[in-house]
Amino acid sequence: MSFDYDKYIRPGKLPHIWCPGCGHGIVMKGLIRAIDTLGLQKDNTAIVSGIGCASRLPGYMDFCTLHTAHGRAAAFATGVKMAKPEMNVILVGGDGDGTAIGGNHFIHACRRNIDMTYIIMNNNIYGMTGGQFSPCTPTGAKASTTVYGNPDPAFDVAKLAIGAGATFVARGTAYHATQIDKLIAEAIQHKGFSVVEILDDCPTTYGRRNKFKSVIEMMNRLKDIAVPVKAAEKMTAEQLEGKILTGVLYKEERPNYTDEYAKVIERAKK
Amino acid sequence: MEKTPANIEIIEKYCKGCHICVEFCPTKVLEMKGFVASVKNLEACIKCMQCELRCPDFAIKVS
Repeated sequence: MSFDYDKYIRPGKLPHIWCPGCGHGIVMKGLIRAIDTLGLQKDNTAIVSGIGCASRLPGYMDFCTLHTAHGRAAAFATGVKMAKPEMNVILVGGDGDGTAIGGNHFIHACRRNIDMTYIIMNNNIYGMTGGQFSPCTPTGAKASTTVYGNPDPAFDVAKLAIGAGATFVARGTAYHATQIDKLIAEAIQHKGFSVVEILDDCPTTYGRRNKFKSVIEMMNRLKDIAVPVKAAEKMTAEQLEGKILTGVLYKEERPNYTDEYAKVIERAKK
Repeated sequence: MEKTPANIEIIEKYCKGCHICVEFCPTKVLEMKGFVASVKNLEACIKCMQCELRCPDFAIKVS
């Protein structure tokens, strides 16, 4: 049966601003299905974002939402969570917003293990501001500021999150739409800082500069490079060359920041 | 048992013509009509929901 997305979307907000074929809409649908599965209440759920194409997402969602300064989603969300620890806090943003401009906030939110979920829509570029290269632009790829090819190696967002101390890290793609809501739901349920990286497509500023003829070609690329974690265990290093692992990549239980801070408050009261 | 026919609603106001639904439909039910998607062969629909799941623009509803 058709899923009723409308009850979670602010009336009159659609159609959204994203370009034709942009995967952000697919991720937003996945987030809505995950929220519906978990039965999260609108007035007890905060969706926080920074600036960018992906960061426009909270504007469409009929929840408590915050659209903040560029890269500062994690900082504002930390404030929300500390003031109201019972609230479900979900951060959304792009790769530039999350790993470059907000890179510092991102790694320290991971380190602190605050009970929030960060959905990073990685489309390998700064889309909204005009196609500048981001830390997730692959080596050799063209952007408006790397017209002769990007000399920098790209960040592996999942590895960065694991290294910085996130206790749940998963990765999906915009092509594998059914997997998105499962990963996000599992991430929201996890007690601690959870990161879900969704590999996305930007046909307008990335695709046309990098010889992708169409949105379909970009989607097929996502389909081809994605390898589920379990399938990867049986594959050789040669077979995994150029592939990207998807699914739940890392999970551990560790004391989370809001619980630890509550103990500090108790100690201070004595 | 006769299977109930699918009903595919396409909200033309939302459709941006990205071709994703047309391309990834396993039974080729949809086609592009001008700039928007439209139903070509409803009988072939197996209600797999791939078009609805992948439509980035909230423009397709299958029931």
